[in-house]
Amino acid sequence: MQQQGAIVYALMRLASAIPTLLLVIVLAFLMMRAAPGGPFDDQRALPAETAANIERAYDLEAPLHRQLWSYIGGILKGDLGPSYRYPDYSVSELIASALPLSAQIGAISLAVSLLVGSLAGVWAAVRRNTLTDRLVSAVAMTGISVPVFVVAPLLVLVFAVQLDWFPASWAGSTGAERLLLPVVALSLPQIAYVARLMRVSMIEVLSSDYIRAARAQGLPTATIVTAHALRPAVLPLLSYLGPAIAAVLTGSVVVEQIFGVPGLGQLFVRAALNRDYPLVLGIVILYAVLVIALNLIVDILYGFVDPRIRRR
Amino acid sequence: MSYLNNLLRHGRTRFLSVLLLGLFAALAACGGDTSSDGTSVLNRAVGQEPESVDPHLARTTQAHDVQRDLFEGLVRYSAGGQLEPGVAERWEVSEDGLTYTFYLREAARWSNGEPVVAADFVASFRRLVDPATASFYAQTLDVIENTRAIVEGELPPADLGVAAIDSRVLQITLERTTPYFLTLLAHPAAFPINPASLEEYGDQFARAGNLVSNGAYRFTSWVLGSVLELERNEYYWNDAATSIATVRHHVAEEPSAELFRYRAGELDITSTIPSEAFADLRAERPDEVRVAPALSVYFFGLNLNHDALGDSRELREALSLAIDRTTLVEKVVARGEAPAYAFVPPGVANYQAPDVGYKRVTLEDRHARARQLYRAAGYGPENPLDIEVRYNTSETHRRVAIAIQEMWKEVLGFEAELINEEFRVLVANLRAMEITQIFRLTWNGDYNDATAFLSMFESDNASNMYGYAREEFDRLMADAARQIDPDRRRLYLEEAERVLLGDFTVIPLYYPVSKHLVRAGVEGWDDNVLDYHYSQHLRFSDD
Repeated sequence: MQQQGAIVYALMRLASAIPTLLLVIVLAFLMMRAAPGGPFDDQRALPAETAANIERAYDLEAPLHRQLWSYIGGILKGDLGPSYRYPDYSVSELIASALPLSAQIGAISLAVSLLVGSLAGVWAAVRRNTLTDRLVSAVAMTGISVPVFVVAPLLVLVFAVQLDWFPASWAGSTGAERLLLPVVALSLPQIAYVARLMRVSMIEVLSSDYIRAARAQGLPTATIVTAHALRPAVLPLLSYLGPAIAAVLTGSVVVEQIFGVPGLGQLFVRAALNRDYPLVLGIVILYAVLVIALNLIVDILYGFVDPRIRRR
Repeated sequence: MSYLNNLLRHGRTRFLSVLLLGLFAALAACGGDTSSDGTSVLNRAVGQEPESVDPHLARTTQAHDVQRDLFEGLVRYSAGGQLEPGVAERWEVSEDGLTYTFYLREAARWSNGEPVVAADFVASFRRLVDPATASFYAQTLDVIENTRAIVEGELPPADLGVAAIDSRVLQITLERTTPYFLTLLAHPAAFPINPASLEEYGDQFARAGNLVSNGAYRFTSWVLGSVLELERNEYYWNDAATSIATVRHHVAEEPSAELFRYRAGELDITSTIPSEAFADLRAERPDEVRVAPALSVYFFGLNLNHDALGDSRELREALSLAIDRTTLVEKVVARGEAPAYAFVPPGVANYQAPDVGYKRVTLEDRHARARQLYRAAGYGPENPLDIEVRYNTSETHRRVAIAIQEMWKEVLGFEAELINEEFRVLVANLRAMEITQIFRLTWNGDYNDATAFLSMFESDNASNMYGYAREEFDRLMADAARQIDPDRRRLYLEEAERVLLGDFTVIPLYYPVSKHLVRAGVEGWDDNVLDYHYSQHLRFSDD
């Protein structure tokens, strides 16, 4: 019965995602076109005949609603169109070349952040108001407030240029070590965020009645934390996870630019600056699908982890 | 309930193992590349990513840099930037300057070993102008007979004035005499493509692995967003002179990150030098900092459709005179640039920019004259000029704009409003010519001739963003175009620039330079105004 309910719920959510996605596509399409300057504009003006041929080749001369219509028609057939910037490649190919790398780096750093972050958070919560707690909180605060564009170049300067332990860029080696600095740069703020989230939530759980009852029974702290407190304390982390995964999979622009990682983040920014309409739209759609899907998954997981939600 | 608990307990361990497995898989997945160490590998930064190496679809100078390694046109440039025979070993020009006959090298080969023949050039030039190709540079060679009509779709590409007399003789017929035609032929749009491979691979023929090219290198791999790798083409006619086996053109979007990579030893040549590090690097590694004049001018353009600017030549002159260009190049940009008083940069072939009188006047006198003109134009402390300056996003542009704003304030007493725009927004505004007043631009010569700088001021030119329409200028440019004798042509062009400068349509500020870091041990790097550095000319000293 419950399972059936969950499936119906998931299907309904999926159905409601379609108009959302459509809206995202239309809005992104129109916003992209509203941005001044076209994909083929440069300070050196093209001769009129040449410009006309290019507009014809890329179907830019048709009225806007017809372009939008044919674009959506293409998507339904699974075709994200040609890139305006890279004439040899389609949008799908460009995304397929960049996404795995961003996803790889993102997944590793997310895993690292979850592991290290929640451990630190739990530790701080258990030793609440001690020096350890304050230290973790201070480090976490620093991690959150120091921006990536400061941390990343610093990492390169110290570990690549001065110490020469790791390559300064992704192209600087072919081994796994080229992932290390980007992963660290990407993880640091996430670790801090997860630690803070976990600490607050753990403190809240630890002060609830049933934990007090467990303590009264004389259970050791380790057992209380792992067997009783961890599961409810993880809930806020779950809701953070959905958007975090989407963000982390699609790459960080700053980290990718500083480490020369050919990922989705820098592809997206370059596409926007170059007014590569189909490429921008393709990445926006991918991102929207990821956010919708991951939020759905998180909601369903929530039901599993927290029985209170399921009953409602 | 217990079922759920069970699931969760197992689920948790399973989640952890999946996570760890994924981590290992992810780490293991990136160890697959093979490195070709052992042979000589040149790591050079190309700047922003080239979009294609297809001679007819590439658009940026970065793509052109890679293409010059992959392809060879009828003519090419020497290490020092001099035009020299390429695939054509010699040529003849008819007396009227309209017919060029090129004799191709017998040894010229494609990277698949087949000979490069005249018909390949014919097919390439036809593809360039074919409306279906939609090439940016379709009209680069528009002096060739029927180009325009073909691009407009009125004539078929087969009617282009290019013919293969036999396999090694190519004849090109021009519509009008063009003294710089050979430099146009060195442009990547005039590189040949292999018709058979185009036939075989269609619109994927220019991809790494598919591409058949005729230059010193062939295109072996492209890690999108990261690096384009080229290997020596052993069929190249002059392969014996090539030293470096593998060339990697690295994408380097961020100058400061590029510098890190250079410092870490990952790059042998950078595409630029960030301004904030320039002075230190020059002191620290004087032999590695390579600065050379470029075919480029940095200037403020004026939109003459704007009332205040269009009405008063005095005002425009005052704006120009009030700027202290020496301070600008020495204190503000400070990377070896030269102050600009004329528009066409030094280094342009067969040309001498007109001497501008105020250049030799002291700064004090210049400023006094500026104040006088400013007042004559009807402005003063009670009635200061209200003007906007637009520039695109960049630290250098911002600093230049602020410096000039300050100079105007000090000398003339008005405060210009500075407006920062994204490049494409600025370009859109420049095109529309509605809201622009004063704007910053850099103009790079597409080919080494004064017309590459001057023709945009002709009243009917599509790149005329100044609202400049001066009959005398147009006439001089038209007269110059009719001259066969290069010296006479030059006089007309120089006179045209004199008119242009006299109208103060633009405020030239400085002549930019090309800036690279070139590692000690890389030899054969010859600074030149074109900033072309073919990998085939480079070698490692310990080779």
